[in-house]
Amino acid sequence: MNEAVLSVEGLGVRIAGRQVLDGIDFAIAPGQFTGLIGSNGAGKTTLFRAILGLQPATDGRILVDGRPRTRRTDSIGYVPQKFLLDPDLPLRGRDLVGLGLDARKLGFAVNRRRKRELVEEMLAAVGAEAFADTRVGRLSGGEQQRILIAHALISGPRLLLADEPLANLDLRSAQEVVALLARVCRERGVAVLISAHEINALLPVMDRIVYLAHGRAAGGTSEEVIRPDVLSRLYGHHVDVIDVHGRVLIVAGAGDDEDLHGCEETVEHALPGEVAP
Amino acid sequence: MSLGFFVFAPGFWDNEAVHVALAVGTAVAIVAGVVGVFTVMRGQSFAGESLGDIGTTGGSAAALVGAGPLAGFVAVDVLAAAAMELVGVQRVRGRDLATGIVLGAAIGLAAFFLYLDSTQGSGNGSTVTILFGSIFAISSATIPAVVGLAALAVTMIVVLYRPLLLATVSPEMAAARGIPVRLVGALYLLALALATALAAITIGTILSTALLIGPAAAALRLTRRPLRAMLGATAIGIGAVWLGILLAYDSYHWPPHEHGWPVSFFVVALVFLGYLASGLVEWRRERGA
Ligand SMILES: Nc1ncnc2c1ncn2[C@@H]1O[C@H](COP(=O)(O)OP(=O)(O)O)[C@@H](O)[C@H]1O
Ligand SMILES: [Mg+2]
Repeated sequence: MNEAVLSVEGLGVRIAGRQVLDGIDFAIAPGQFTGLIGSNGAGKTTLFRAILGLQPATDGRILVDGRPRTRRTDSIGYVPQKFLLDPDLPLRGRDLVGLGLDARKLGFAVNRRRKRELVEEMLAAVGAEAFADTRVGRLSGGEQQRILIAHALISGPRLLLADEPLANLDLRSAQEVVALLARVCRERGVAVLISAHEINALLPVMDRIVYLAHGRAAGGTSEEVIRPDVLSRLYGHHVDVIDVHGRVLIVAGAGDDEDLHGCEETVEHALPGEVAP
Repeated sequence: MSLGFFVFAPGFWDNEAVHVALAVGTAVAIVAGVVGVFTVMRGQSFAGESLGDIGTTGGSAAALVGAGPLAGFVAVDVLAAAAMELVGVQRVRGRDLATGIVLGAAIGLAAFFLYLDSTQGSGNGSTVTILFGSIFAISSATIPAVVGLAALAVTMIVVLYRPLLLATVSPEMAAARGIPVRLVGALYLLALALATALAAITIGTILSTALLIGPAAAALRLTRRPLRAMLGATAIGIGAVWLGILLAYDSYHWPPHEHGWPVSFFVVALVFLGYLASGLVEWRRERGA
């Protein structure tokens, strides 16, 4: 049995007196593709920040490769939640990828051949050669995601965290990014933990799922987790799981007190643009 | 009459004040170019502007006790940068408010010091010197301090280059790689304070940001690479300072006679022209592409 690349044990995070994460337990085996599913505000970004050591845990612990994580680790790659890169930033995609290798080093980068080759190889791996010389801020959302993924992967991590990389992408770009991450996972043996508020685009590629709601998590295979009883327990009220022509629709908030939060979630999961055809 | 005589008014090359001005101007243009590129990329022009203005307080206080303005600029700008960093702990809204209040208080104090300067013997020349610079009045004894501080600021940027670059692109990504983003930002602010103080002795506290931001902004329009932007900004800055010094020297022979035009005017005007020209180049390039 392989040792887990990441194990989260009883993790609790309290921010400004609010329990944002509570008793989170899950582990990721090497090369596994895990989806972190939850609606806005469920705590996905907070969980990533805790794994990265940027958000102190109030309870429990996080092990990376079986050891408590150190701040300067190269075993975790990180693609942060969609942020807008300044279009005027004087930085080509290939420069940003190169920074993934040596951003911690002091002084100017010496243009070593080894580094150039590695950057070239990463650009090819994510299919970014064609736009590697354009200013990163002027690339499309999908192209920026590819560059960011290459930046995260170049230091050879065993685990890749991607925070909502599909948000703001059109259907085709989203499918391409999912396919790319799945390929990275299989071919490079990098475990992937990807967060999303919509489950369908990820269903075909996920080995496991961690479902977050109200700061608590349910983990397992999608068959084990995407069930009315499991999700109802997680949400604390009745949840329906509806199969619509092979697409999952999670209706949280059905029942006599149909709260706004639940309705919002229903809409999110049902958005036509975000459901794979 | 030769062309050389026409371009370089008599005595330009033999004048000690010109030598000092060229040396100081070059050092300052290099610092401004190297630091300024990050100031523009990080969107900290307002911090630079504030530091420049606050420097007035230090310069006027230094004049009051008979010290050179450089010491006053450096001391107050470094203190102000530290204060801004401390205030930065608070929320963004509070930071904006605090900068405004500190800036107001510092300028009020500067007004008082400048008033004292003008009434106490040393003459009201110091007011103009502090606000608008007077590069021909710099004593050659100041050169080592200028070069030393310039070297310090440039070294800081060179050493911090890669962590600073990633922290500028995305603090989140930098932090995830174990870069101490806060510390890097604070050290950068210190380099910015030094650059602002140095710019202030050449073109004055009010105009100091022009030298810091203008060449950098122009260079950033022309290249996709930060290192080239630094070299470009340095080249534009040196060009503007040298040409400004030359024109100011020659202007002694322009009307009104025996009253040279201020160097700051020429430098800022040239930087502005450079910025416009870079816009034109970028526009033509993008149309052609
Ligand atoms: N720095 C913070 N201060 C206060 N509340 C926070 C902070 N970070 C996150 N939260 C709260 O924690 C909850 C989870 O946020 P987040 O992890 O960003 O959710 P998600 O990424 O799933 O949308 C939200 O309710 C949010 O308001
Ligand atoms: Mg989030």
